[in-house]
Amino acid sequence: MTLEAGAELAPKTYPVTRASLVRYAGASGDFNPIHWSDRVATAVGLPGVIAHGMFTMALVARAVSEWTDGAEVVDLGAKFTNPVVVPDDDEGTTVTVSGTVKSVEGGLATIALTVVSGDQKVLGMPKVSVRV
Amino acid sequence: MAVDGSLVGRVFPPTRPYRVTDEKVREFAAATGVGWESGDPVPATFPIVLAFDAMNAFLDEVEVELSRIVHGEQKFSYTRPIAPGDVLTATLSVASVRQIGGNDIIGTVSEITDDSGAVVCTTSATLVHRAAEVA
Repeated sequence: MTLEAGAELAPKTYPVTRASLVRYAGASGDFNPIHWSDRVATAVGLPGVIAHGMFTMALVARAVSEWTDGAEVVDLGAKFTNPVVVPDDDEGTTVTVSGTVKSVEGGLATIALTVVSGDQKVLGMPKVSVRV
Repeated sequence: MAVDGSLVGRVFPPTRPYRVTDEKVREFAAATGVGWESGDPVPATFPIVLAFDAMNAFLDEVEVELSRIVHGEQKFSYTRPIAPGDVLTATLSVASVRQIGGNDIIGTVSEITDDSGAVVCTTSATLVHRAAEVA
């Protein structure tokens, strides 16, 4: 696809359940118990089990890949500013990724992102550059 | 216990060589809801598998419990895409240590290199070590 500066990319919403976190833990090797045990999560002062920040970032990479037909990612980064709290029920929560193409130059497209769970932004200054 | 600022600049030993396989990439992609086929691009956050290994070794060394770590920031900067067949290692160095509100804010950089020694990806992480509550 052609990416042009100013283009708005259709928001992508992905479900996040406890099962997603268990599966991601196994695939990534990140077995931090704050991502599967309410007991441990609350003991360290979190509201409950939270998604791996890297799971949220993986969903960002997924959205970018879907928008760009798998364009080569050159840079990807974000701050994890608010936790994605995942309740222990069948619905869990969702993460929605929206993007705007900021610039296309030197063979790279830079996309500014907004990543929310519910009404809350969960990533700070999420940014990605892909080769075009 | 606060993490010692004298760690800044310390370079940890490289992780053991890791061979990227179709099966592992498919498993990782599936965990993020992506149906991955051989030949598809490797997910951009895949190197976290190696970087996380390097971080665990670092946390063991500084005697910090993983459950007290919350991820603050992560960045990936690629020199070239990763592909199945690559044999990669991660070498973690400590870039910064600060204390804010009783928490340690630890900046790390992991260089992911292939078996020729060429850097494939540099990934930086900010780790927040949450202080234990005062009893």
